[in-house]
Amino acid sequence: MKEKYLINARIIDPKNDLDEIGGLIIDSKGLIKAVGKKVANGNIPSTADKIDLKRQILIPGIVDMRVFVGEPGYEYKENFRTLSDAALAGGVTSVVSMPNTSPVIDNVSMVDFLKRRGRDKSRINIFPSATLTKNTEGKQMTEFGLLKRKGIVAFTDGVKTVQNPQVMARIMNFASQSESLIMQHAEDNILSEGGLINEGEISTRLGLKGIPFLAEKIIVERDLSFLEEYFCRYHISQISSEKTVSVIKKAKNEGKIFTTGVSINNLSLNENDIGDFKTFLKLSPPLRTENDRQSLVEAVNDGTIDVIVSDHKPEDEESKRLTFSQATTGATGVETLLPLALELFHNKSVKLMKLIASITSNPAKILGINKGSLEKGNEADLCVFDINKPWIVNKDILKSKSKNTPIEDRKLQGQVLKTFVKGEVAFERI
Amino acid sequence: MAVIKKLKAVKIEQNHLLGIQDISFSQVSEILQQAKTFITLNKSDSKKIDILRGKTQINLFFEPSTRTQSSFELAGKRLGADVMSMNIVNSAIKKGETLIDTAMTLNAMHPDIIVIRHQDSGAPNLLSQKVNCAVINAGDGRREHPTQALLDALTIINRKGKVEGLKIAICGDILHSRVARSNIYLMNMLGAEVNVIAPKTLLPHSIERLGVKAFTDMNKGLENCDIVMMLRLQNERMHGSFLPSAREYYEYFGLTPDKLNKAKKDALIMHPGPMNRGVEIDTNLADDINRSVIREQVELGVAVRMACLKIFCKRN
Repeated sequence: MKEKYLINARIIDPKNDLDEIGGLIIDSKGLIKAVGKKVANGNIPSTADKIDLKRQILIPGIVDMRVFVGEPGYEYKENFRTLSDAALAGGVTSVVSMPNTSPVIDNVSMVDFLKRRGRDKSRINIFPSATLTKNTEGKQMTEFGLLKRKGIVAFTDGVKTVQNPQVMARIMNFASQSESLIMQHAEDNILSEGGLINEGEISTRLGLKGIPFLAEKIIVERDLSFLEEYFCRYHISQISSEKTVSVIKKAKNEGKIFTTGVSINNLSLNENDIGDFKTFLKLSPPLRTENDRQSLVEAVNDGTIDVIVSDHKPEDEESKRLTFSQATTGATGVETLLPLALELFHNKSVKLMKLIASITSNPAKILGINKGSLEKGNEADLCVFDINKPWIVNKDILKSKSKNTPIEDRKLQGQVLKTFVKGEVAFERI
Repeated sequence: MAVIKKLKAVKIEQNHLLGIQDISFSQVSEILQQAKTFITLNKSDSKKIDILRGKTQINLFFEPSTRTQSSFELAGKRLGADVMSMNIVNSAIKKGETLIDTAMTLNAMHPDIIVIRHQDSGAPNLLSQKVNCAVINAGDGRREHPTQALLDALTIINRKGKVEGLKIAICGDILHSRVARSNIYLMNMLGAEVNVIAPKTLLPHSIERLGVKAFTDMNKGLENCDIVMMLRLQNERMHGSFLPSAREYYEYFGLTPDKLNKAKKDALIMHPGPMNRGVEIDTNLADDINRSVIREQVELGVAVRMACLKIFCKRN
């Protein structure tokens, strides 16, 4: 591989608090050789490729902590190749794949398969997660130590929550031994039973059973109580309500160490968008009130929330062309994560550095992976985007195999131009 | 998929009766005016006319129903339509066919009107997007039951002359009731003041936002009311999950002569049926011909449904 000189870019690297005009050199092995204003136009060897980025923004490749891929079992919804295409078009170079496949990822034998398929079929870095409990039944814990040694970066039941408090307490107690990362989807199944959307005026009007905010808050409170006794690496996958934000803020102020994520959907949409029973907006956690949305945005800005995820959940048309209560939960999003997040910058809700950190350095740090920053010696996974480019979301131009985008026809500002993986151009918008 | 797109392309704008929320005051007036003329017809010797002759009406009932289904069937027949009632218990839906597939199949038979009852809120909306005929909602989940509210309004007008300015109490399981929701929208639209009365566990979240006052005390909620609408309490809600017992419910929320005294002297009692005597309503009150208009509601139900069929069928 030839050396590459990316010059004339606005470089933003939250981990090193860097925001300056400069360049980046990729060496012949695809690693970052130098970065910053010292990399200028002059002294470029004639053997190197020069790429003028014309003052567009260069950031580390995005790390998306919550992505569902259909392999194995649901290849008709998304396979590694289509996921990879969608991710690259969105500047995402690393994803944590959720274990809710068929069969679920709950034992060592599945991990090799995933890693091999991920490597052969996709161009992005797949970091697989495994389940917390066997078959996500919430009863028996999985082999954290052995799975972690095989390359599992995190443990989560994905769309499910460990309901039994004794099982959860023991998981947190045991997992600390192998320093495994626990990611909880916070929802009390009994409180949310049969629930379809946020409990409130909209659920009353639409006649749909509501999911109370308490279903989320009570699990977060329970787990944070356990965390006092059984310290472990603990991450709340996604939160959705103002009340949960308060609980987390208080716990962090008390010095508890844990991290929190939020879906870009809960930052960009609210329950009113469900309109006339739009099943693409049937999500878990549900979209809540505008007040909840605003408090989540504020929590990203003040650091209460560490990570923004796409919660990319491809679903085929047959799973969505049903009545609201029969339709499957979830929406695609990996390709629109960055442009939609930029909306929060354009409307002056969140600072750009904070926004970029929440999709690059923060998730990488939580996962303990060497990604999400522009350090010298790291693999050159990069995203170049035009922060002002206007475009309109159209499901037919999105690359995911499934077309269930929750933001069809939305006018966005900001689009990915180029994505590099390991120093190679893996995506380029023409 | 290609087939669906093709059908979409030739689809013309339809008028459907999906809910009171979706229709205007003038549409409501038109339905009620029309229904009045059918009251007389229904009392005459020759009840059948032919304004819907040649039209096909399909009743698609996914939930068991006696009175609504027979009321719609009779309404269609009296207007001269060919009425087909589909019994979903034995149909392909139970074998895994989706609502949309069923809709496409029925659509191919060129019906002029489909009357649907479904356990899922929003099912009539989904159906209406996929068929080329008018869709009438005969009750969906907890969302709406527009023809019930319309027949209630007609009953009130028949007895009181108008709805405007009246004080109406709706009592019982508001949370699970589509009848309550449709009535709240309609009575508000027609200018009544609406109280809802229920134990807190059976009051939906933010119900006041629908333009009602909420009460948990019957004596206060019924004060000075002109109309008392009682709702049915489903058996499965009585034992411990929402309420301690039917006995406790009757004590506080059952309509008794004592509680009714708080309402106006000439207040009318209504109930969409079927009734649980001794649970939500005192059995003598239910049969009191001076106060109870429950049987009249059923009678006018046919007239209202005839009006809806005529008006929405004609628009196509």
